[in-house]
Amino acid sequence: MKKYLLKRFFMSIITLWAIVTITFFLMHSVPGNPFAKEGKMPPTVYQNLQRKYGLDKPKSEQYVIYLKNLLRGDFGDSMKSRVETVNDMIERGFPISAYLGVEALLIALVFGPVLGALAALFQNKVPDYISMIIAIIGISVPSFIMGTVFIQFIAKNVSWIPIGGWGEFRHTILPAIALSLMPLAYIARLMRSSMLEVLGQDYIKTAKSKGLSKSTVILKHAVRNAILPIVSVLGTLISNLLVGSFVIEKIFGIPGLGAFFVNSIVSRDYTLIMGTTIFYSIILIIMLLLVDISYVLIDPRIRLTKEGR
Amino acid sequence: MDNILDVRNLSVSFKTFFGEVEAVRDISFTVGRKQTVAIVGESGCGKSVTANSIMQLLPMPPAFFKSGKILFKGEDLLKRTDKQMEEVRSSQISMVFQDPMTSLNPTMKIGSQIVEGIQKHKNLSRRDAKKKAIEMLELVAVPEPEKRVNQYPHEFSGGMRQRVMIALAMVSNPELLIADEPTTALDVTVQAQILEIMKDIQEQMGMSIILITHDLGIVADMSDKVLVMYAGQILEEGLTREIYKNPKHPYTIKLLESVPRLDMARNESLHSIEGTPPDLYIPPKGCSFFDRCEFALKVCKDYMPQFHQHNKTHKSRCWLNHPMAKGK
Repeated sequence: MKKYLLKRFFMSIITLWAIVTITFFLMHSVPGNPFAKEGKMPPTVYQNLQRKYGLDKPKSEQYVIYLKNLLRGDFGDSMKSRVETVNDMIERGFPISAYLGVEALLIALVFGPVLGALAALFQNKVPDYISMIIAIIGISVPSFIMGTVFIQFIAKNVSWIPIGGWGEFRHTILPAIALSLMPLAYIARLMRSSMLEVLGQDYIKTAKSKGLSKSTVILKHAVRNAILPIVSVLGTLISNLLVGSFVIEKIFGIPGLGAFFVNSIVSRDYTLIMGTTIFYSIILIIMLLLVDISYVLIDPRIRLTKEGR
Repeated sequence: MDNILDVRNLSVSFKTFFGEVEAVRDISFTVGRKQTVAIVGESGCGKSVTANSIMQLLPMPPAFFKSGKILFKGEDLLKRTDKQMEEVRSSQISMVFQDPMTSLNPTMKIGSQIVEGIQKHKNLSRRDAKKKAIEMLELVAVPEPEKRVNQYPHEFSGGMRQRVMIALAMVSNPELLIADEPTTALDVTVQAQILEIMKDIQEQMGMSIILITHDLGIVADMSDKVLVMYAGQILEEGLTREIYKNPKHPYTIKLLESVPRLDMARNESLHSIEGTPPDLYIPPKGCSFFDRCEFALKVCKDYMPQFHQHNKTHKSRCWLNHPMAKGK
């Protein structure tokens, strides 16, 4: 296990380096630069700005400087925000997005599997239709429509639920639900098909033939095996939820991380683009590792051999 | 000998999109105490449906019981509710399935899977149940049972898994064991071991066995009585000796001929029965073996033959056995 983790760690470093390099050169190969759009600017000011951020140096030199700073954990100054560094922005936005993301994740993880399992147990009956309608709505209706519908019909009518803003728990209710619908629907559909498959397995019949009650058969034998495919998609799902959603945060006026992902690209804020990309990659890599480890714990067939695989 | 199981006029059908499939058509048979009854027939003849009907493990819907009774110690099992069936399963009737590779839960330890079955019917602590599980593994000759209980199914070979399945089936001393093709998925050398174990346990515990198989080779040393099934019906029934020495139904004769034999001439090819069984969406009006039977008469096409009793234990369903067809 130790050896395996060590190996995974080095592989993650290499992956990150590749991501950094590709993003860096792709970003610089896109026409324009952070200051090109700011209207007429005296050439001296423009040149001073270029020099300040080191943009006048050759690309390769910029790349080396960036890597050096990165090794110290420094993402650099934002090229647009004059007051905050990229580290500041992530430190400010991430806890907010992560809080919302965890809430949404919990909602999705509780209701998704339950809906999916119910649908499978009552295949082609009313509960199946109801949960699959919810799933289809969750997948096909974009979050900005869901968000506005919630504001219109819930926030406007229930006095203690605010329309937007951030600060207390009640602020998180609507955005967390809106954010959870997509993953919830996705998990429900996955759970349904996986549960249907498991219910048709021979070992379910064996469990029944032992005289076990229906609920024991379902909870102890079916659900545990049916949940495996869901664990494998959780890595990506959780990372996406944690770093926040541009749309949901915009609609509910939440100062999270989501906006940076979009805005940094529009404004060619080089350091922020790099910062958000690397940050997302790190979270994704960690989540995928956690998923792989939890897989080992859940499914005994997957055991890491002593050689470290 | 009194009967532990008495199946009377059982018909089981499946409702499908294209119509009703009559998988089992009006079969009746009995199983005596400590008796081993073999049900033989080719794939799709209704053997497994019969077995699963007794345990009521068929998915319902699409399956449904059209008619008949399954009397277990005089009580009709079909009248029991789902909940009441749970008490019968494993404690009185238990089952061993065809494919040991898929019949055990892959994410649960072997021990827990056996313990679960023990605790359902016996009021034992977890520790005592585990002790009992180890004893059961010993009974089916799994080596190092103390170590094996803590392992997962993927750490067992096919033959070992089937032993575990038998141990699992025997935990509460059932009076009837249904073995649904228990050796089909195993290789030949392991087959013999598994059958040997089943026979041993039967001697020790004295349960009855229904052995379902398409392999006539294993029937001879295992069973007391043989039922030959075809297209959802029983075509011939008799003591094992009668079926082997004096088969009456052309289908049985053909089946016996198609068993490979050691004394076959070198250049003799293996026998097979031409054609395929009839479609059970529209079961044939007459004899179901009509299409493939080389002795078929005109009457066979449109009229279903009734059972002809050859002696107290031997009967078959063929027009050729009719007193008026004696010339043949």
